[in-house]
Amino acid sequence: MTCCCEKTESALEKLARLEPEKTAQLNAFIDTLPIGKDIESNRAHLIIALHQAQGIFGYLPSEVQQLIAERLKLTRSEIYGVISFYSYFTDKPIGRFKINVCCGTACFVKGANLVVEQFSRELNIKEGETSADGRFFLGVLRCVGACSLAPVVMVNERVYGNVTPAMVSQIIADCKD
Amino acid sequence: MVNLKINNNPVSVPEGTTILEAAAKLGLKIPTLCHINWDCFHVEHRSGSCRICVVEVTGKPNLAPACCTPVAEGMDVHTNTMRAIQARRTVLELLLSNHPKDCLVCTKNQNCNLQSLASEFNIQTIRYEGEQTKLAVDDNGAAIRRDMSKCIMCRRCETACNVVQTVGVLSGVNRGFNATVAPQNFLPLDQTACVFCGQCVLACPVGALTEISYKDEVWQALNDPSKTVIVQTAPAVRVAIGEKFDMQPGEISTGKLVAALRRLGFAKVFDTDWSADLTIMEEATELFGRIKSGKNLPLLTSCCPGWVNFLEHQFPDQLHMPSTAKSPQQMFGAIAKSYYADLIGVDPSDLVVVSIMPCLAKKYEAGRPEFAPNGVRDVDYVLSTRELASMIKEAGVMFNSLPDEDYDDPLGESSGASVIFGASGGVLEAALRTAADWILNAQPDGSIAYFEDAADSPIDFVAVRGLEGIKEATVKIGDLELKAAVVSGLGNARKLLEKIRSGESQYHAIEIMACPGGCINGGGQPYSFCSCGGSDVLEARKNAVYRADEGKAIRKSHLNPSIIKIYKDFLGHPNSELAHKLLHTHYCAKK
Ligand code: SF4
Ligand code: SF4
Ligand code: SF4
Ligand code: FES
Repeated sequence: MTCCCEKTESALEKLARLEPEKTAQLNAFIDTLPIGKDIESNRAHLIIALHQAQGIFGYLPSEVQQLIAERLKLTRSEIYGVISFYSYFTDKPIGRFKINVCCGTACFVKGANLVVEQFSRELNIKEGETSADGRFFLGVLRCVGACSLAPVVMVNERVYGNVTPAMVSQIIADCKD
Repeated sequence: MVNLKINNNPVSVPEGTTILEAAAKLGLKIPTLCHINWDCFHVEHRSGSCRICVVEVTGKPNLAPACCTPVAEGMDVHTNTMRAIQARRTVLELLLSNHPKDCLVCTKNQNCNLQSLASEFNIQTIRYEGEQTKLAVDDNGAAIRRDMSKCIMCRRCETACNVVQTVGVLSGVNRGFNATVAPQNFLPLDQTACVFCGQCVLACPVGALTEISYKDEVWQALNDPSKTVIVQTAPAVRVAIGEKFDMQPGEISTGKLVAALRRLGFAKVFDTDWSADLTIMEEATELFGRIKSGKNLPLLTSCCPGWVNFLEHQFPDQLHMPSTAKSPQQMFGAIAKSYYADLIGVDPSDLVVVSIMPCLAKKYEAGRPEFAPNGVRDVDYVLSTRELASMIKEAGVMFNSLPDEDYDDPLGESSGASVIFGASGGVLEAALRTAADWILNAQPDGSIAYFEDAADSPIDFVAVRGLEGIKEATVKIGDLELKAAVVSGLGNARKLLEKIRSGESQYHAIEIMACPGGCINGGGQPYSFCSCGGSDVLEARKNAVYRADEGKAIRKSHLNPSIIKIYKDFLGHPNSELAHKLLHTHYCAKK
């Protein structure tokens, strides 16, 4: 007779199997936090734990959320609530090349939105998404402080100034693994 | 006491009272939407998020939300100034502007707080137009449907799930216009730790959270000449369904319920009360055995599938504690598809078993694979009290003028002990009535005199009755001091289980029901409770359960003649090999 007993490995077992070092690193960090029985005070350490976890894993997949939930004795839904509230946190993997188009006032007036649209067309992703091959992330920023070069595009640490839609394919071609 | 004036009427109220409560004392109802006070469970949801309750306080520049503003000495409140009325209407219009407004085809039509406010405020046009939230409907699984495009972000469901039940699968996610309530990573509910208690459904003021309905499937079965369709009705349905037909809460409508089911075309109308008596036979036998051996105590009841789900998810190390007895719904199904199908010469796959339940977790339970031997489900469809009421209306059956009719034999006769299953404390009381007789009739060889009455044995165990979340009682039966606890609401269950796990508390028997107050407050019951926000409806339903018990000639499960008969003719004795095969189950850790 079949029943509801799950014989598959749990999410946490899967995480420990696929990412043993990163998992140990995150666990070691949480060990340093004064976590107790009181949920209210544990909650105070959530953001820092998420911040570290994203630093270690690059993003916050559901297994990592679950680990943090269990260690901090919070619910998984609450953790997801926090992650989805802050644009800094992401539960999806981020592309290796983080293309960020500045859409601050100066860049915007000089046509940054057209640049975003062009990237979006060429990479076939929307703002905030990562391409299927995991190479490109497309995001927008609010003013990088280089208004004299508007519109500005940053790819990881590299800065492009006076960008026009026509330059987009060259910027993409510059991205070499 | 604090003295203030509301609309120039003086009123004195204790410190800490809100303007809303003070106004109610004067007979003034200030409209509310996000606020809810489950006073009998000591939980109040005061998110202050909708602002439909704003009133004018003299000297304050801003309007004050009445539901979460405490009164102050000398306060001068005006609930119906033009400014307050305009603000409330604007709030409502803005809510409506981002609402699908498909009331005519919404399950909550005529049971929706937003709809009734629009009618009370006399809204004729909606001045604002704009983008509308579009979110995919989650109707995975068997029990609960989430349509978050209808959500008004009152976040009552979060309080129900996280504070009352401590299940914690719902949370506010995203922000701004994209904000909604969802489980982790927008997973469908059936992939989370949700136990399907349906308390969030009762809490939702609009049509965002409702049940998954099987009315169409049942209509099809009823109209299929190759099927024999029988029905069972749970204890708590008879004291609540009348509310859907303008009866007073707490009116017992058992006879009309039976008659209505016959008019709908069910071949036989049976009673889950009958199988509740059967549950007691099996469960009390286990309790008797565990007390005698002193091993594996306490015995936890297992008739609530919401609670069973909670145990499997949250306490996977404690799966040995509950009774292995199936719930009355599943016992009924198992007997119907074996004993009864044989009796009437119908193939089990042509016998359709429908249950009418106060419960949404029972929809999930009926679909568990272990309850479908050889792929044939023991219980085919589960309808909530609400769904049945709607079928009765659709069929044009005049519920109120129906005569009182009786259940059919042989799965319809029941004792008073079974009907109290509907209220928190009832299962334990029923088990105690039977176990007490067995203990008092002690046999020299240690066996049980299963079907004997004992002289002067107790019937009413009033200490375990009532809506309180945790009740404890020590009952003296002969030489035995039996320690029992009764818990309803999963937050209370968690507290008690943690004490048991740590060894801090010791009991012989514990009843646990997922829904606060028991099945009378089940997730499938009429919505009357949530819209009134008070405990009077529950109190009335509970009292009705005990009135029904008192009205029965036989009040102990083991004296029910049809129960005695099925053991003599078919099962042998409680916990026999056949009884184990049909009436018992096991639990699975879920992580
Ligand atoms: S059914 Fe119960 S457990 Fe599931 S989301 Fe609703 S309140 Fe939470
Ligand atoms: S789903 Fe219902 S109860 Fe939950 S926040 Fe939305 S409207 Fe309120
Ligand atoms: S208490 Fe009753 S209605 Fe609620 S989940 Fe349990 S069996 Fe269902
Ligand atoms: S009812 Fe007061 S803010 Fe919603």
